Amino acid sequence: MRSITLSQAVNEAIAEEMRLDSSVFLIGEDVAEAGTPFKITTGLVEEFGTERVIDTPISEPGFMGLAVGAAMTGSRPIVDIMFGDFLFLIMDQLCNQAAKAHYMSGGKLNVPLVVRTNLGATRRSAAQHSQSLHALVSHIPGLKVAMPSSAYEAKGLLKTAIRDDNPVVIFEDKLMYQDKADVPEDEYLIPFGEAAVLQEGNQVTLIGTSSMRQVCEEAALILSDEKISVEIIDPRTLVPLDEKTILNSAKKTGRVIVVDEGHQNFGVTAEIASRISEKAFYYLDAPVIRMGAMDVPVPFSPVLEDLTVPTAEKVASNARKIVAGELVHEL
Amino acid sequence: MAKKINTNSESYLKMYSQMVKIRSFEDQANQLYLDAKMPGLTHMYSGEEAVAVGICEALTVKDKITSTHRGHGHCVAKGAELKQMFCELLGKEEGYCRGKGGSMHIADQSNGNLGANAIVGGSMGIATGSALRAKLNGDSDVTVCFFGDGATAQGLLYEVMNMAALWNLPVIYACENNGYSEYTATDEIAAGDILDRARAFGIEAHKVDGQDVLAINKLATDLVARARKGEGPFFIELITYRYHGHHVGDINRTYYRSKEEEEDWKKNKDPIKILGDWLVSEKIASDDELQIIRDDIAAEAHVAVQYALEASYPNSNEVDMHVYMETN
Repeated sequence: MRSITLSQAVNEAIAEEMRLDSSVFLIGEDVAEAGTPFKITTGLVEEFGTERVIDTPISEPGFMGLAVGAAMTGSRPIVDIMFGDFLFLIMDQLCNQAAKAHYMSGGKLNVPLVVRTNLGATRRSAAQHSQSLHALVSHIPGLKVAMPSSAYEAKGLLKTAIRDDNPVVIFEDKLMYQDKADVPEDEYLIPFGEAAVLQEGNQVTLIGTSSMRQVCEEAALILSDEKISVEIIDPRTLVPLDEKTILNSAKKTGRVIVVDEGHQNFGVTAEIASRISEKAFYYLDAPVIRMGAMDVPVPFSPVLEDLTVPTAEKVASNARKIVAGELVHEL
Repeated sequence: MAKKINTNSESYLKMYSQMVKIRSFEDQANQLYLDAKMPGLTHMYSGEEAVAVGICEALTVKDKITSTHRGHGHCVAKGAELKQMFCELLGKEEGYCRGKGGSMHIADQSNGNLGANAIVGGSMGIATGSALRAKLNGDSDVTVCFFGDGATAQGLLYEVMNMAALWNLPVIYACENNGYSEYTATDEIAAGDILDRARAFGIEAHKVDGQDVLAINKLATDLVARARKGEGPFFIELITYRYHGHHVGDINRTYYRSKEEEEDWKKNKDPIKILGDWLVSEKIASDDELQIIRDDIAAEAHVAVQYALEASYPNSNEVDMHVYMETN
């Protein structure tokens, strides 16, 4: 199978869907000739023209609002939000307008749009270009949230997102754009709400979203040398969440660590951990461990920034402890 | 009063009826509040009827509008049924939104109404996006974005007007200037001239008497035709007045405006009375005929409200329906 970068996978997904459906268009800052600062949409304007690959002024609430209105009247816009941090700028249009239109209208209106944005620290970009804000939108009923963990997921989930009749926010890890993975030439979709069990094991479950999947895989390699059997799950979408796969794994291993790059407080790790605690408590041999990003604004200095995110060594260390029956947190 | 714009008596009488319909709806809605029969609050359009009717009578059913928290007038003017509107106000199953939206969220897509919006200025993006879709698809419809003077303080307006002007989108921004931004006089919240805000983007901007439905309709008809030809966007400021407070519960309001001012507008600048007097003077209708129109519509509103009062509430299993649309 061929191997392509996550960036190429996203580009292919957009191009394929635009060829299939003339109501799909791309809108955002520097998406046309510039191909975005990450060079993800390069070449699309040459194929589809400036009518369907639309460069906007630096007006996130404005073009997000335009996308809502276009979606409400029959288009399927893909909105490019250059950095996940800029989600704060579009919150009213995304959460008050797009997310609620279908419900508030009793099913009369719907808003089939995709917000493509990113997450991920350690790019030395400081606190306003490094946040992982997926928990924020996962909290809002009416939005779906996808978290691709490789080029393969990026393509399959984005194509599903574009075909979905609801507003979907898809977060790509900006540090993974050049990472390659096997991606089939033939068309495929990845359904929402189906987690991937990437490795089966029976002593501890590591649940990793987005690039934290790789952190979990690296941790599992470390642990395999110690003969600790690890199961790895990538939820792939947070909304809808494949609770069944997660709970089944928790019941099987009895020990779970949830790893996510959003802030730990009130975050995705908390949500998943509490569902496991509520619904699989009597199967557990250890408390469910949450490993999110530190609850500090992302610092600039590399020495400091590297301290804020979960690492394979820290995940392996916690896994080692709970498998040995040791406490991760003092009583 | 504008000069007679055409010889179509029917269209004048339609505008009269539509304005009366809005007033009757609002009178009933206010009474529902006073009788404690309506959940929550609602924002009365009474006094501003000429704005919605003058503009919507220039539109076809395929043309779109976006509306505001003070949206009943736009909804009626764009063709909505009173029964379904009252049902929505009362949270009933037969409401336009199955009782899930209420007064501030009535959407009636079959008539091109993309919905009222409870965020002040919240629909400016939606309206402009609808116009973008029309342009991309080569559709001929025009979108009118209704908003109040208070909403001109929202930054979104300037972002979307910029894009609408850059891309010549078929959208008309209709600013209903009723003089008050909630509980504060507009003079205290808006610097400079409202029209200059649109002109800064090179958008052709007009000011019109918002109580003169014929003048509004004439201007709107012209601008809609031009927007259809790709000459948009346009901006209209309509000088009008809301007879009630910000919402039905805003009763003691002399701290922000005088009773004399309210009486002056009601007595001397009422849009229904202005058109009625003109219809009589032009011998298009007699006083008696207009009285019959008003009585018939009042009776229709009464029947509609009674229907809604007796209608069923949604079944409890609807509470988590319509969060997501099922994708086939």
